[in-house]
Amino acid sequence: MAELALATPRDLPVGPIGRSGLGWWGVATLVASEAALFGYLLFSYYYIGATALPGWLLEPRPKLLPALPNTILLVASSFVAIYGEKGVEKNNRAQALIGLGGAIVMGAIFAAVQGYEWWEKPYQFGTTSYASLYFVTTGIHMAHVFVGLLVLASLFGWAAVDFFSPRRRISVSNGVLYWHFVDVVWLFVFTTYYLTPYLGFAQ
Amino acid sequence: MKPAAFRTPEIGDDNGVLRARLHAIWETQPGWRGWLSTVDHKEIGLRYIVTAFVMLALGGIEALVIRLQLAGPDLHLLTPDQYNQFFSTHGMTMIFLYASPILSGFSNYLWPLIFGSRDMAFPRLNAFSYWVYLFAALFLYSGFLIGAGPNDGWFNYVPYSEKDYNPGLNQDFYALGMVLLGISTSVGAANFIVTFFKMRAPGMSINRVPIFAWGTLTASAANLVVVPAVSLAFFLLWLDRQFATDFFRPAGGGQPLLWQHLFWLFGHPWVYAIVLPAMGMVSDGLPVFCRRPLVGYSVVALSTIATMILGFGVWVHHMFATGLPGLSMSFFSGASIVITFPSAVAVFAWLATIWTGRPVVTTAFLFFASMILLFVIGGVSGFMTASVPVDWQLTDTYFVVAHIHYVLIGINVFPVVGAAYFWFPKMTGRMMDERLGRWNFWTMFLGFNLGFLPMHVTGLLGMPRRVYTYSDGMGWDILNLVTSIGSFVFAIGVLLFFINCWKSLRSGPAAGDNPWDGPTLEWAVSSPPPPYNFAVIPTVASRHPLWEDQLEESVARTSIHRGMTLDQAKETIATTPLDALPERIVEMPGDSYAPLLLAIALAVLFVALLLKLTVLVVIALAAVFLALLLWLWPRRELLERREPAHG
Repeated sequence: MAELALATPRDLPVGPIGRSGLGWWGVATLVASEAALFGYLLFSYYYIGATALPGWLLEPRPKLLPALPNTILLVASSFVAIYGEKGVEKNNRAQALIGLGGAIVMGAIFAAVQGYEWWEKPYQFGTTSYASLYFVTTGIHMAHVFVGLLVLASLFGWAAVDFFSPRRRISVSNGVLYWHFVDVVWLFVFTTYYLTPYLGFAQ
Repeated sequence: MKPAAFRTPEIGDDNGVLRARLHAIWETQPGWRGWLSTVDHKEIGLRYIVTAFVMLALGGIEALVIRLQLAGPDLHLLTPDQYNQFFSTHGMTMIFLYASPILSGFSNYLWPLIFGSRDMAFPRLNAFSYWVYLFAALFLYSGFLIGAGPNDGWFNYVPYSEKDYNPGLNQDFYALGMVLLGISTSVGAANFIVTFFKMRAPGMSINRVPIFAWGTLTASAANLVVVPAVSLAFFLLWLDRQFATDFFRPAGGGQPLLWQHLFWLFGHPWVYAIVLPAMGMVSDGLPVFCRRPLVGYSVVALSTIATMILGFGVWVHHMFATGLPGLSMSFFSGASIVITFPSAVAVFAWLATIWTGRPVVTTAFLFFASMILLFVIGGVSGFMTASVPVDWQLTDTYFVVAHIHYVLIGINVFPVVGAAYFWFPKMTGRMMDERLGRWNFWTMFLGFNLGFLPMHVTGLLGMPRRVYTYSDGMGWDILNLVTSIGSFVFAIGVLLFFINCWKSLRSGPAAGDNPWDGPTLEWAVSSPPPPYNFAVIPTVASRHPLWEDQLEESVARTSIHRGMTLDQAKETIATTPLDALPERIVEMPGDSYAPLLLAIALAVLFVALLLKLTVLVVIALAAVFLALLLWLWPRRELLERREPAHG
């Protein structure tokens, strides 16, 4: 007589604990899809750039001020967000609010500086394909920054009214994961638009 | 009651008391409130299936109008512009609104059942994905109904789709509608991927997953990363049209070929995404009627994945005639030829299954088995055009039209209709009429081949695709007439299928749990299944849980009537990705309006974008945010918030 295979697990976690839970997988797939979107945006830049006539780059020597410090600010905001996440993890509400709030402020400054850069450009998004690519790529990234800021602001509000505990905090980890994506993908955009011209691409 | 952070799941037997308790927890509220807020994967799956079949009927009617126009030379049933809209809407409908959603429907309905789970990983996302699909379909069709349907073929090449050549709203409807539809496809794909890796019953290790699930998984993994390409392409096209950007316009330094790259980067993996799950249906359904397991499970699963991976590297074969460098064409031609290898693996596995089995010829068997033949015909014509010089001769002729129809009807519609015969008893509790089924099958099969086999010759004789009429004396008259007759015979066959569904739904004989003596877990539950699917979570011991006594594949037996009860709340079990070891008890969300509200907000947003109503855009964006906030608000019952200090 064959025996019955019967799973009899011992203590299992109930619901999301810490950063692990189904929601993490959900955000991971979202990030994968969004990363692909930016991949296609950058593909468009490289494709058009590689097949364009000389003189296509409207900025053969892109100004690294204030773009480079602004990039560093955005990446740093990821670490500040982690500090906030650790605050939730340690049940330290002050640290949580400082971290999440700090990330919001840094992200907002990034957006403002980026807005200033847009305003300063001598070309419009309809000027040439380079201009269209620049404004639409950075614009789509900016849209992600806004979404990320709304996420962080929601987390800030929820943390302020003490929704989370060290055990039940998956929303925080997921939101911060999304913010990391917004920051990391900017490095690719920044490298493409601000650094590759120095390496000779499309010159 | 205060939920504990850790709990040992209670093990119990399937019994009436347990079922009554689970029923109360899982049942959707009756009436319109439940209808609008349900997150039950079975309900959502059925909606997908019904909606997609409606789309099949609409696209079919468009095809018949096209075939009337082309039945003889110099006919004027349609004006050239109407003809453009008809064939483009036909393609859009069949490829985007039927072929993929129908597979999502079957997968949504069946996955939790074949996995021994109580629902998909993200039930609300599932509901959202359906609503967005529905609204996107309405959006796209509202354009067609006011005379502004797509008019540049389903792949919509620039520059004809640019505003200079196409000033109406046609392309704006199409572009925005496709971006909206892309949201539905993407979130659906994410849900399938996570469900595959996390929601299988304990013991259903990755080598015991039915091939159908492998098909949908690979299709979903592809969709997740390629749908953004087409969404982006359509978005950039809309910007070109409405905001005078220069992405595709050479005058401003844009690159028309970028459209083709972005479209086919998506488009070719998409072709596999709409056939691999259907091939999976055959891999799972055919063996049931051959009374033996599928031959070569592992190689078929691996070749499914291999097809998808290679499928990412073949998109340029749609662009051989655009003047690309020879090296590029050689690479993509080679890849397109190599991709026939894993496809052939599946064909030989099916043939060997029939050969070594004891076939029971049912209607479902006929649909599954005939698909093998149609697949080979469509595969060979595809293989021919993978060769660059042959493609140069045949591209933009009716040969390619014949090829795409053998692929999409042969490898999608035929398996899907077979799957409907196969799983209809599970979904409705009633058998379909086998006698009418034979008429249904032979009418479809003969009509299809009568219509599309001669079309290869039409193409070889040089008839270009997309022309609204042709002169007599080209040698195309008889062939076109035969194709038109065949298409009507085929349509009658599809109509017989719908009649059979309708008739069987009302008066078909009761099916019982397992009318075909199938081996997989969906046949272990009642027909139709209860809201909670499984009273106890099964533990799987082999690839064919219900055939273990005959096959003796393993010493242990799958446990179906005894297992984790998980009846304290709306709960199911999450398992590890590879070995499916129990990992976590998950609290499932109850019915919710948030998915519908978010979908409505998005639909309003896209209408506002279409009409460029700035104020409405802002309002709709705010509504999107509020709906998301409602959705993502951390909830105590989902254990997303600090537990109360006192129970």
